[in-house]
Order: sequence, then structure tokens, then C-alpha cells
Amino acid sequence: MLIYALQYAFFAFSIALLLNLWRLYEGPDLADRILALDTIYINSLALLIILGIWHGTQLYFEAALLIAMFGFIGTVAAAKFLLRGDIIE
Amino acid sequence: MTMIELPVWIEWCIAFMLIIGATFALIGSVGLARFPDFLTRLHAPTKSTTMGVGSVLISSIIYFSVVDTFSFHELLITIFLFLTAPISAHLLAKAALHLDLKRVEQTQDLRAQSAADPDKPK
Repeated sequence: MLIYALQYAFFAFSIALLLNLWRLYEGPDLADRILALDTIYINSLALLIILGIWHGTQLYFEAALLIAMFGFIGTVAAAKFLLRGDIIE
Repeated sequence: MTMIELPVWIEWCIAFMLIIGATFALIGSVGLARFPDFLTRLHAPTKSTTMGVGSVLISSIIYFSVVDTFSFHELLITIFLFLTAPISAHLLAKAALHLDLKRVEQTQDLRAQSAADPDKPK
């Protein structure tokens, strides 16, 4: 049962990542691309957690936590740059 | 790939949370790809993707609490995401207002929009 749910989750998150990549490529404005990158890091974090359940190891947890933190910092820096033209004033 | 045998009802709980989470994240990404302008696109992934990842992390908490010792440190990521997603969405919305990005007049679907005034670019 669990293996089918894991396969479904892998499939759904992969499709979600492909859609995000399409938005990253297509996105008419810079803000769309930043939003697409923000969604990509959240989705890949979930993919990493699912891989951890699949392999039965908690090794991937630290990587997921790091991705969450650095992804947030990256999004904030890019949005700040868009807003001000400068990151640290 | 062999998986550890679990009690059936726990397996069902984990599978339920996984399926809910994956579906929510997929819906959020479909919204990101499909919505007509930036402010509506901002709406989709910041809410439903955060919810989806939260559900996946809850399933991970259940799994590792049953297989291994009881632990809920995955809750760290959940809390962090629930704190930071509104902040980044707020900053992006401020940037979009500042740059005055193109947006549709009302939040309707695209066909109604282009039928109302056909010369407006999508």
C-alpha cells in the first residue's frame, strides 16, 4: 500500500516540478521566475523527504532543512533586489 | 525495494497524508502554470504547495516515529515553511506592485476577460 502511495507522490511532485520549470522558462516577468524558483525549492524539498521515507533513512532530513533555509534567503534576496535595485542598503 | 512491515492502519495513515500532500502540491503547481496574471499566480503555490509539503512532512513524522524512535524534528521544516512562505509572498507581491506588472481587471477566467474587451492583451 505504502509503496503505491510513494510512487504516486513521486509522480505528482515530478509533474509539479515540470510545470514549475515551464513557468521558469516561459514566465513573462522576472517576478514570475522568482516565484517559480521559490516553488521549485519547496517541491524538491518534499521530493527529498519522500526519498527519505522510501529508503527508510533520515539522512535526507538535514539536506531538506538546508534547502528550506537557503531557498527562503534566496527568494527574499531576489525579491528585495526587484523591489529596491539593491539587496543590502 | 523492500520496505519494513508496518501495522496496516499506520500504513494507511501515512499513505493518506502522502496522497493528500502530493495532490495539493500538484494543484498548486498547475495553478502556477495556468493562472492569467502574476498576482493570481502568486496565490496558487504559496498556499497549496506549503500545505502539501506540510502533509508530506507529517507522513514522514508518522513513519519514522513508528519505524525508529519517536521524533518530530521534521516539524522544524513545517514550521519554518509556514513562517517563511507568507513573508516571501508578501515581498514578491510588493515587488509586483512596485513594478506595476500587467494584471487582469477582475479575477475571472480568461475567456470571459477577452470577450469583455477583445483588444486588451492577455
